[in-house]
Amino acid sequence: MTLLSVKNLRVTFDTEAGRVEAVRGVSFALGRERLGIVGESGSGKTMTGRSVLRLIRPPGRIEADEMIFDGQDLMRASEKDMRALRGQRIAMVMQDPKYSLNPVMKVGAQLMEGLRQRDRIGRAAAYDRAIAALEAVQIRDPARVMEAYPHELSGGMGQRVMIAMMLIPNPDLLIADEPTSALDVTVQAEVLKILDDLVKSRGMGLIFISHDLRLVSRFCDRVLVMYKGRVVEELAARDLMQARHPYTQGLLNCLPRIGGDRGPLPGLDRAAEWAN
Amino acid sequence: MAFIEIENLSVTFHAKGRHVRAVEGVSLSVEEKGSFGLVGESGSGKSTILRAICGLAPVTGGSIRIGGAPVPTPRGRAFAAQVQMVFQDPYASLHPRHTIDRVLSEPLAIHGAGDADRRVMQALTDVGLPTSFRFRYPHQLSGGQRQRVAIARALMLEPKILLLDEPTSALDASVQAETLNLLARLRAERGLTFLMVSHDLAVIDHMCDRVLVMQHGRAVEELSREDLAGSRMKTDYARSLFEASADRML
Repeated sequence: MTLLSVKNLRVTFDTEAGRVEAVRGVSFALGRERLGIVGESGSGKTMTGRSVLRLIRPPGRIEADEMIFDGQDLMRASEKDMRALRGQRIAMVMQDPKYSLNPVMKVGAQLMEGLRQRDRIGRAAAYDRAIAALEAVQIRDPARVMEAYPHELSGGMGQRVMIAMMLIPNPDLLIADEPTSALDVTVQAEVLKILDDLVKSRGMGLIFISHDLRLVSRFCDRVLVMYKGRVVEELAARDLMQARHPYTQGLLNCLPRIGGDRGPLPGLDRAAEWAN
Repeated sequence: MAFIEIENLSVTFHAKGRHVRAVEGVSLSVEEKGSFGLVGESGSGKSTILRAICGLAPVTGGSIRIGGAPVPTPRGRAFAAQVQMVFQDPYASLHPRHTIDRVLSEPLAIHGAGDADRRVMQALTDVGLPTSFRFRYPHQLSGGQRQRVAIARALMLEPKILLLDEPTSALDASVQAETLNLLARLRAERGLTFLMVSHDLAVIDHMCDRVLVMQHGRAVEELSREDLAGSRMKTDYARSLFEASADRML
């Protein structure tokens, strides 16, 4: 079943220096699965993710032939409808917990804010729900974390708090924008495991945005490879090593390998026609 | 005899009555023209070791010797001519209001080296940047170009040792490849000794002959490149780090 269907998505910025096309005709469909979007900086992967929530400020503009989430056309939805969707049904985990959590508010208050405002539930009930959410992301000492400010948490803990916060309303679709890039490999593995369990147990759809091709191939079901605002290749994650497109192959080849031959790494020669 | 010898190094920070032991009793030695890697999670003390060598972190115990002689405190010019550092974030480590020319000629001025004009041009060429970049500011360059400038700056005084603190972790994959190739070429051409910190085992494996795994400020295990590729670890922590990086074998 299709949860989200995007056809010919375009994001343009009218700047003084002229028109910048960040996303140029991206189409994809997502079921209750894990879709990876990979690309280098400036490829438009983050803009694609943000477009789904219509979180692009002027002068940026979003255009699409169709962007349908669970039967509702997001392009025609009013701002009020979008507010009802954001967070409740489509949630987004940002890259860096340092910049995405409120630095002067305790973690507990931030977790409970949405519950109290949106769901109109009492303080005690909200506290219990927040504790349960922290437990779901395997924070061992949730009562202490509730009383902590974001700067008192490590990067991995902060990222778990963000994930917990996004999962409280039980969304149908989670957009994770580089959720583990700021984390160490061992912590990264734990956070991915948590995301994976949540996707499986709750039947969510997940859009996983990352620059790390190998990570995405290990974690996702399907991968879109983006280059200069376009999808150059779409393939099943397990087939990534048999990628056809020279850009995807180039991205894979320029990575060093454990046990590799240590010769000079091949560069990535970008052909002009890939952008078209 | 080892070129860099660190014995029982401890670094303790004091703040608001608290003691933070960032590095505790770490020993390592690097051969001349060798390449040694430090890996571990954030807070494991790997960067602090590099900073302690440079005099940017207080050495509270143990000794650091370079070329057989203990490093002086403060480090001084002779040390700077021999040991230089490249930092992680090329966006933060270059002065935003200094031109590339000023960044590169400053070490020459401090050390009273003449012929600055020619040397700056040569340094840009050596790291593969066009000489037309000379009078640009850092914000006019991309991340990879900035890191090349940072490497050029570190090499201005023709040091013997480069301390590399996650030199490619802020860069895209293709730019990382170019930067690693540049570092490998410069090392071969100039006979440099590298001490490199990274959280990416594949980068360490590509660049280094030996690697020290660290956790909570302590040395966990030292591995040769062959041990790493053959997954011959003795400690559980080194193994868990390796397994979390299993996709780096592909």
